[in-house]
Amino acid sequence: MSSAAVLAAEFQAPSFEYSLLSPLLVIFGVAITGVLVEAFAPRGSRYLLQAVLAVLGVVGALVATVIVGLNLVSRGGGTAHGSIAAEGAIAVDGPSIFIWGTVLVLSLVSVLLFAERRLEGGVLSFAGQAAALPGTEAEREASTRGLEHTEVFPLMMFAVGGMMLFPASNDLLTMFVALEVLSLPLYLLCGLARRRRLLSQEAALKYFMLGAFSSGFFIYGIALVYGYAGSMNFAAISAAVSGRAGGEGLLLGGIALLAVGMMFKVGAAPFHAWTPDVYQGAPTAVTAFMAACTKVAAFGALLRLFYVAFGGARWDWTPMVWVIAILTMVVGSVLALSQTDVKRMLAYSSIAHAGFLLTGFVGAQQVADVGIGEITSLQAVLFYLVTYGFTTVAAFAVVTVVRDAGGEATHLSRWSGLGKESPVVAGVFAVLLLGMAGIPLTSGFTGKWAVFTTALAGGAWPLVVTAVLFSVVAAFFYVRVIVLMYFSDPVGEGPTVATPSILTTIVIAVGFAATLALGVVPGPVLDLAAAAGEFIR
Amino acid sequence: MSETPFIVLSAILFTIGCVGVLTRRNAIVVFMCVELMLNASNLALITFARVHGNLDGQVAAFFVMVVAAAEVVVGLAIIMTIFRTRRSASVDDASLLKY
Repeated sequence: MSSAAVLAAEFQAPSFEYSLLSPLLVIFGVAITGVLVEAFAPRGSRYLLQAVLAVLGVVGALVATVIVGLNLVSRGGGTAHGSIAAEGAIAVDGPSIFIWGTVLVLSLVSVLLFAERRLEGGVLSFAGQAAALPGTEAEREASTRGLEHTEVFPLMMFAVGGMMLFPASNDLLTMFVALEVLSLPLYLLCGLARRRRLLSQEAALKYFMLGAFSSGFFIYGIALVYGYAGSMNFAAISAAVSGRAGGEGLLLGGIALLAVGMMFKVGAAPFHAWTPDVYQGAPTAVTAFMAACTKVAAFGALLRLFYVAFGGARWDWTPMVWVIAILTMVVGSVLALSQTDVKRMLAYSSIAHAGFLLTGFVGAQQVADVGIGEITSLQAVLFYLVTYGFTTVAAFAVVTVVRDAGGEATHLSRWSGLGKESPVVAGVFAVLLLGMAGIPLTSGFTGKWAVFTTALAGGAWPLVVTAVLFSVVAAFFYVRVIVLMYFSDPVGEGPTVATPSILTTIVIAVGFAATLALGVVPGPVLDLAAAAGEFIR
Repeated sequence: MSETPFIVLSAILFTIGCVGVLTRRNAIVVFMCVELMLNASNLALITFARVHGNLDGQVAAFFVMVVAAAEVVVGLAIIMTIFRTRRSASVDDASLLKY
């Protein structure tokens, strides 16, 4: 037999579980179709085509996720269920399905925010022509001709695809590729604001530079862990870690570098510096999408990487995460106190939330320790992510409707007296802020309760005490905004609340309803999170 | 043949890239330093692939190259836009967003 024939006989075609991966395939398919629409459809019909395509794609992927989720098989006893797909590259298990569902629902809401046209007088809130320089004739012409970049929809779909792949990836290489697939479209989207384009471009530059820097750390961490374990697969890494394969320096260095990359994505101090700048400069619809979905996806990936691959080295990385969690809560809550821009304040609030989530992450209540009616820290973090995501999207949606002549009035002084101008908008925003602060009967309270009780059960009481203290500090700046809205007189002409189309109204209504519903009856979603079980290995 | 020199070289390249990102002003140079970090990782991946005698690391190096190429596309587009707007590619000049 010739050598080619021998190779051909040895070659086995990789198996690819199309049905298990259908949610991912639908989203990536929609993204690619969106690119084709951009190339072939006439300009006039693109907006409608792209928006409908994106909504249908996300709904389709959501249906596929539910179907896949209902048919997961139990694996290895315990509460873990699911299967490893795509030759070991992707784990479709309970937590994956839960995160896919969360990301997809939040994306569905964000698509509506992206598609809002009435607030800008009949065009998208993205730059009419990104290549036209700000303040030039070309930009004015683009504006008078009513040009708009409908490319934002396919870009967003690629980002959603990356966000779904990121927490489901079962080896380091897939994780790295997913990280980039979710980041690259977001870098571009950040630079596409219609108003205040200099700020927007600056945000894109900063996000890109720091993002590329952090992914450099991530890939070097991958190289070191690969050097330690001899494989990129999480199961193999876990086996090597438990078996103490030797060369601990490589492992510790690798964990540290991977943590830098991950902590950057979740926006934890001291790697948070990009968050306020990017959240403030980016178009508000993108900020809403990014703040909610990126955090969900990145926390999913963080949990899988550290629980599955590095679970055996828990004692090595726990002190590091303790320090990061405390620092993140302090930085987020304290710096938010001095902010004068509402988007920037919400950015620092999201940093503080990352700290609370890390508290749950490191508290690490295991399946084995869970009593009846208790949940593991994985499930608590998943639940918190849902509560945080809805409140955040709705809060940024409210920011898009409070406007003055220059577009969105994001400076806090412009918000004073909003309660008199528009009681409904001010009331909704007040409830959302109370939700973020964690007042009882809102989702923030149940989320914090779930995370803090598991952390306490896991023995991380100093962290929980810190977290509760800084929740109080955080409550102060949320309440400050409420006081400003209701008990201050408007400055000058005062704020105006633009009437949005049905799209933004739906977003705000959904976020508001979820904030209250998850606070009053958290049971169903908690049950769902508990049903997600554990990661498969 | 010992693999240590290659790992040391990759660590040195990574450090040079890292220091470059933190100290250089020009966005293009900063970006080149990031690429240097990625290439240092490639060297480490390939060396470890040889140590372990499997191909995972070499395959990963190809993926890193593709990702780096995609990053260049996005990055240069963003840097170009900033340069055309501000007539400068210095990362210190873009400082409207702060505190």
